Amino acid sequence: MKLITFAGPPSSGKTSVIIKLIEAMNVEVKEIGVVKFDCLTSFDNLRYEEVGVRVETGFSGKLCPDHFFVSNIEAAVEWGIKSGFKILVSESAGLCNRCSPYIQGILSVCVIDNLSGVNTPRKIGPMLKMADIVVVTKGDIVSQAEREVFAFNIKQVNTAARIIFVNGITGQGAPLLAKHLQGAREITGLRDMKLRFTTPAAVCSYCTGEMRIGAEYQMGTMKRMEFKSR
Amino acid sequence: MTAEKYLEMAIAAPLHKIIAEHPICRDFFMNLRLTNIDFNLPLMQALDNIAEDDISEFGLDKGMILREFCQFLETFGKVASDDAAIRSLTIIGGHGKSGEAEIEQWTASVGEIISIVGPTGAGKSRLLADIECLADGDTPTGRRIHIDGKEISDERRFDMEGKLVAQLSQNMNFVMDLTVKEFLGMHASSRLTRDAENTIVKCFECANELAGEKFLLDTKVTQLSGGQSRALMIADTAYMSSSPVVLIDEIENAGIDRRQAIQILAQKEKIVFISTHDPLLALSADKRIVIKNGGISRIIETSAEEKGCLGAIEKLDATLYRLRTCLRHGQEISMDTVKGEEQQ
Ligand SMILES: Nc1nc2c(ncn2[C@@H]2O[C@H](COP(=O)(O)OP(=O)(O)O)[C@@H](O)[C@H]2O)c(=O)[nH]1
Ligand SMILES: [Mg+2]
Ligand SMILES: [Zn+2]
Ligand SMILES: [Zn+2]
Repeated sequence: MKLITFAGPPSSGKTSVIIKLIEAMNVEVKEIGVVKFDCLTSFDNLRYEEVGVRVETGFSGKLCPDHFFVSNIEAAVEWGIKSGFKILVSESAGLCNRCSPYIQGILSVCVIDNLSGVNTPRKIGPMLKMADIVVVTKGDIVSQAEREVFAFNIKQVNTAARIIFVNGITGQGAPLLAKHLQGAREITGLRDMKLRFTTPAAVCSYCTGEMRIGAEYQMGTMKRMEFKSR
Repeated sequence: MTAEKYLEMAIAAPLHKIIAEHPICRDFFMNLRLTNIDFNLPLMQALDNIAEDDISEFGLDKGMILREFCQFLETFGKVASDDAAIRSLTIIGGHGKSGEAEIEQWTASVGEIISIVGPTGAGKSRLLADIECLADGDTPTGRRIHIDGKEISDERRFDMEGKLVAQLSQNMNFVMDLTVKEFLGMHASSRLTRDAENTIVKCFECANELAGEKFLLDTKVTQLSGGQSRALMIADTAYMSSSPVVLIDEIENAGIDRRQAIQILAQKEKIVFISTHDPLLALSADKRIVIKNGGISRIIETSAEEKGCLGAIEKLDATLYRLRTCLRHGQEISMDTVKGEEQQ
């Protein structure tokens, strides 16, 4: 089975692109599975089911979504293999810009959209920087100049990335993406593979349920801002 | 320059020197929040005063920053020179909606304007889409696109990263909240344009000439009228976009000099395809592709007689525009408004 991981800011067009990609790939829908990692709620499962694709959804709830991804992706791969999929796609919503749910040796795609502003690529961080392929959506509604600057700014943070423009509504560009993803490697499991980037250090007292504000309630890994007096 | 040369430069040269030569490098340091380092020193020495913690947040250490800096230099050293110049674009025919064959093949050359005409829903946008994705028999029409008479390998398709084609359609808007000057400046710096100031001014003047109503360099792009926005987009595509092929999906009758607009694009060594119902645009083109039931049924060269009609059509067009403006401003229409050219 091949595993392809998709990440990207909320509403950037991940689900739309994955659905158009599935249509563009030369495989039967029952040979493809999707695992969706989300935070609290998601309606994506309905959209996948509508096109006949099997989907499992996991909610990280009060856990860090990245930690949640790492602790469940191996089981997701086992589920995919058992279900007889040829391709398993994971979709995770990047909730902080520090997220990067990518695994070394596993093809990774970051989806970002032109509407988010031309400088956004420079602020996204590892989720964009560590991706093999960057899919850019919503090019149909911004100017040529903004599309060009947007792509240029992606190159600034990820010089090695391949940029592919896909229209999540019409599917324009999806066949090219499908061709590129054919090169994903076959795997039988993920044991001992490694993430491309550390997940956010999240072991402070607030991670474990503390709600009160004040220095005496703060424990574990903390980082304090410095406010300069003039 | 080779990778080794960049490495040598990154190790030995003071940063301010590198930045003077490649201003875009300033962005590299901004992206990593490294704006307070001593730019009089070479990179590695400048990084000595930075806490490992600050850069580890980006998943980097000092050695990796050096490597990435070299890659950055290499990537953007290239951008400046990779204007994807082409000479021609060939459409290898596929089939229409009911499977009937269309024209066998047909080639457009740089500097040509080609209009695409046909009833709504016949497949004009589909043809534009086939050109945009450099179709390879993998779209519903089965068409193929060749560049300079040659097939395009998948590898080349990926490499081009969409840079071959610039697009303009009625749905496109400016989303950035910048002034015209800042906007053009931003585009120029992403193109690593050497003579940016000059290009910005030329582009601005051209846009103003195309748009009937004038605007200023410090007008916000989001406050431009429909006609002004279109004019700016066209001038920007002509002067700043690297793409040699321009696809236009209907420019509305927004009070800009449409005929001159597409001429400007063609003069900039581009191949311009424009899907339109507008007689003025259709006949301003050198050739027109007629789409029928999904397929290309004919290609007509604009005759001298047709070209001769353009003056009269332009007058009709101006009349309609004048009437539309009157109505929009709440005025009443009389035979004088229909006839009179001088009256407003
Ligand atoms: N105009 C336009 N809208 C798009 C495009 N891609 C996605 N969308 C819309 O953007 C919204 C969010 O898309 P979705 O796939 O749910 O994003 P996700 O949260 O990243 O999975 C939806 O309303 C889509 O229809 C595109 O290329 N162009
Ligand atoms: Mg989604
Ligand atoms: Zn995170
Ligand atoms: Zn915490």
